Amino acid sequence: MSEIVRWFGASRIHHIISGRTRQRLHFDGYLTILLLILCALGLTVLYSALDQDIRAFTTQLTRIIIGFALFVVAVCIRKDTYYWLAPVIYSGSIALLIAVWFYGDVSHGSKRWLDFPGLPRFQPSELLKISLPLILGWYFAIRKFKNNLLDIFWIGILVGVPILLIFLQPDYGTAMILCAGTIGVLFVVGFKWWWFAVGGCSVLVATPFIWNFVLYPYHRRRILTLFNPESDPLDSGWNIIQSKTAIGSGGFSGKGLFNGTQSRLDFIPEGHTDFVLAVSGEELGFIFCTCLLLLYLLIFVRAMYISKNAESGFGFTVGSGICIIFICNVVVNVAMVLGLLPIIGLPLPLISYGGSSAIATMVAFGVLLSVCTRKENRELT
Amino acid sequence: MSTTRAVEPLPSGLSKIVNRRAVVIGWIVAVSFLLLGLRFYQLQIVQFERYHTQSLDNRLTTEVIPPARGLIYDRKGNLITANKTIQSLKIRREVVADVDQIVNNVRTLITFNKNDEKLFRTRLKNSRRLDDRIVIKRLLSAQELADLAVNRFRFPEFLIDSEVVREYPESELLVHVVGSVRQVDETDLQTLDPQKYRSTKFVGKTGIEKVYQDVLHGQIGSRTVEVDVHGRVVVEIDVEPPRRGESITLHLDLDLQRTAWEALGDRRGAVVALDPNSGGILAMVSRPAYDPNEFIVGLDDKTFNSLSTRRDAPLFNRATQGLYPPGSTFKPVVGLAGLAMELIDWETTVYDRNGEFRLEDVSHVFRDWTWSKSGNGGHQGDLDLRSAIYRSSNIFFYHMGAELDTDTFAAFASQFGFGLNTAADIPDAALGILPTTVWKKKTQNESWFRGENLHYVIGQGYMLVSPLQLATVAMIFANRGTWVQPKLVMSEHTALPPGQSNDTFQIEGVSDDDWTLMIQALEDVIHRGNQGFRRNGVAWAHIGMNIPFRMAGKSGTAQVKQVPQGEEYDETLLSEYEKKHALFWGFAPVEDPKIAVAVVVENGGGGSSIAGPVLRAVIEAYLEQALVQVNE
Repeated sequence: MSEIVRWFGASRIHHIISGRTRQRLHFDGYLTILLLILCALGLTVLYSALDQDIRAFTTQLTRIIIGFALFVVAVCIRKDTYYWLAPVIYSGSIALLIAVWFYGDVSHGSKRWLDFPGLPRFQPSELLKISLPLILGWYFAIRKFKNNLLDIFWIGILVGVPILLIFLQPDYGTAMILCAGTIGVLFVVGFKWWWFAVGGCSVLVATPFIWNFVLYPYHRRRILTLFNPESDPLDSGWNIIQSKTAIGSGGFSGKGLFNGTQSRLDFIPEGHTDFVLAVSGEELGFIFCTCLLLLYLLIFVRAMYISKNAESGFGFTVGSGICIIFICNVVVNVAMVLGLLPIIGLPLPLISYGGSSAIATMVAFGVLLSVCTRKENRELT
Repeated sequence: MSTTRAVEPLPSGLSKIVNRRAVVIGWIVAVSFLLLGLRFYQLQIVQFERYHTQSLDNRLTTEVIPPARGLIYDRKGNLITANKTIQSLKIRREVVADVDQIVNNVRTLITFNKNDEKLFRTRLKNSRRLDDRIVIKRLLSAQELADLAVNRFRFPEFLIDSEVVREYPESELLVHVVGSVRQVDETDLQTLDPQKYRSTKFVGKTGIEKVYQDVLHGQIGSRTVEVDVHGRVVVEIDVEPPRRGESITLHLDLDLQRTAWEALGDRRGAVVALDPNSGGILAMVSRPAYDPNEFIVGLDDKTFNSLSTRRDAPLFNRATQGLYPPGSTFKPVVGLAGLAMELIDWETTVYDRNGEFRLEDVSHVFRDWTWSKSGNGGHQGDLDLRSAIYRSSNIFFYHMGAELDTDTFAAFASQFGFGLNTAADIPDAALGILPTTVWKKKTQNESWFRGENLHYVIGQGYMLVSPLQLATVAMIFANRGTWVQPKLVMSEHTALPPGQSNDTFQIEGVSDDDWTLMIQALEDVIHRGNQGFRRNGVAWAHIGMNIPFRMAGKSGTAQVKQVPQGEEYDETLLSEYEKKHALFWGFAPVEDPKIAVAVVVENGGGGSSIAGPVLRAVIEAYLEQALVQVNE
């Protein structure tokens, strides 16, 4: 396995762009191509999930193009710029989250959107997928990776504030993957094993308490429905049943693009956003689903490999944070669609309809490439 | 300084750990992806069949298309029961969550009164299936349809459906023959075939509609459609059209029915006319009646209560279920019985001195209808069977009754259909009462008194008959003793209900001569005139003059209230519902009978004077019409 990964990481196919341009832009060809394939696939299945609504499709295409443009811009920015900008971006994100709290648009019972005049509507919580790894990298760089218990405390505060704000919107999905991302970063930067063991155990102990006193009855119902969706087929079990039905009825090769009956007949709510995989699973079947999983996995492995090879601690931390948050996002969404996790609204990166997520994901990978691969200090200045 | 930090490598001790940790993270992710992949495998490969079926179930709905009900025609091909298409506002059963909310929404669209609301709630309660479409309001007017067209977008759950419902163009004229359909209710649900009647909203509740329900109903069709999650039809996949119910042709003559209806006028009563050859019912009128169309749209409680509690009982079919003492109309049967039992012959004479008859050891004095308290003229002199019939003498039959064996007599009389329902397709026709000693023991727990025979022979006492039974008697006399099964439906086209066949039956114990002489006596009832006081047929003065054809029949006047011994019947002292019933049966033309009719006018008074003209009008209209047809 590791042989394969090493070969994959070390191969030089991506050096299509050669010479100075390559050095200036520091594109990783592999990652870029994989991301573009994902975007193309995403747009294709989304076109079907949108009921071939050409206007909505064009909107999403524009967003992807903007996302890619910003990706290029993000790659071009020097990594030390990111370093000193990290606290600024972080504070700005927090400010926007607070703004959401006061001025946010309500939809589906939660406040997630900011709609400033003159600006497109966006979800500040998506911004955290970038600013959270940045502030973590910044913090560890300052602390020179001492990794004390005190760091846990400070990181708890740094990360806890935005996560709490997101949790209160409520946007449990994003809060959850940011939490998981932070824990992942703490893990890769070498915090002690047994601290995680202790943390895990205390969460287990706290679970009954949380179940009884923190969760609202509808949360509990949602979680219980997961284990027995048929108990409430018309209400909270509906999405799970319909999503599983859609995917299951796709079979090995699917019903064919644009032929998914579950989605075309509106049986899948949010079929173009959070449940887009149910639609494409129905239309393109097992083959597509496994290929898609593989593609995500390749992107993760490649990005993780790039992060690992970053020259700086800052770069490594930011890169692995971005990777982990990204892959957590994928796993949680897929598991939700497959009826393995409760339904917590979370889009499938680069496939689901929506601008904030797509653009944030692209920019995040741009930042990753910049902080992990730019070598401006040595070669270009 | 910050710039240096940004490029500072990881502390040397850490980079090995970091490498290892990154690999661990990679493994964790790989394992999670493997699990997700396995889950895809489980859903899409292992459980494919299950989810495939589930998605088909989601997508395809089979709607049942109710068949159009068969039509009903009269003998001349007039459409007497039709179908029409109405527009109704409906809602799917499964989207009904808050009924009050729906009612409020409907109110903003169309007029929706308390009664409409009540009906809607009832329909909702009776609905059997989740995908039923419940009628919110039936028979939308053009204005309501226009209002709905403009505003319905606000309530996409409402549907406007066209629906084929029954229409009775003749309204109350035929309601007691054809009957009517009503909305399927809970009791029906227990008896109806749930598959066959899956989407049937109306079933026959009375009359022909009920008896031939299965024939008229037809066969359901189905339509397989692809529906979206809101139940809206996206595309039609497969259609199996319903088979329309069979149409039925009745013996009924719509024109004759109308004549009988008008002849009866506003009085309560019934007319039944039979074709002696086929037993077909040519007319069957019961008044008052009601408009069955009101039951289709939905009748409000007030109207229904008034219909069902009114003293003149419009819902009640007098022609088949009304029971009346036959009175003197029974006498021809009694006469034949006397001949058959050899109690009398055509030479037997009786002298009526004062209109009174006494039985040994019985204090009750039996009187003739001519009897009066003053004693003046209350007698009819010498009487034989023939004159006893056309004069309708009680005294002659009292003499016979004094000798009568009750049960032998009843056995003979039952051949005429008394105490029986002989009709082929009127299962709810009343049996009436033909009393026997056993019957009296059973119902009254008393022995038969000899005096009761005397009431019996003049058609009073316990005996009760329906107009249909009287018409059957008229038909038997017209056929000189041959009973043909009365029926509404032309059996050439439609099979009679199970167990019924086109039987005929010859009355036993009556010779051909007896029939001839008895029919002559019955002709005298109507035609014997200008013979002087008490020598004319009792009906002659009322209907017998200027009849262009020969007609035979018997009148009767049945007492409703027992007049105390020694009192004279005084109509002015009695209330409307205590007056005598007027009865008459007859047939014509005598030489080749084409029609046999019975008329009962409740509390009408004299049989000859009140029922007689109705009888004549019906017979005359039919024969004129037959003549026109022959000439054509």
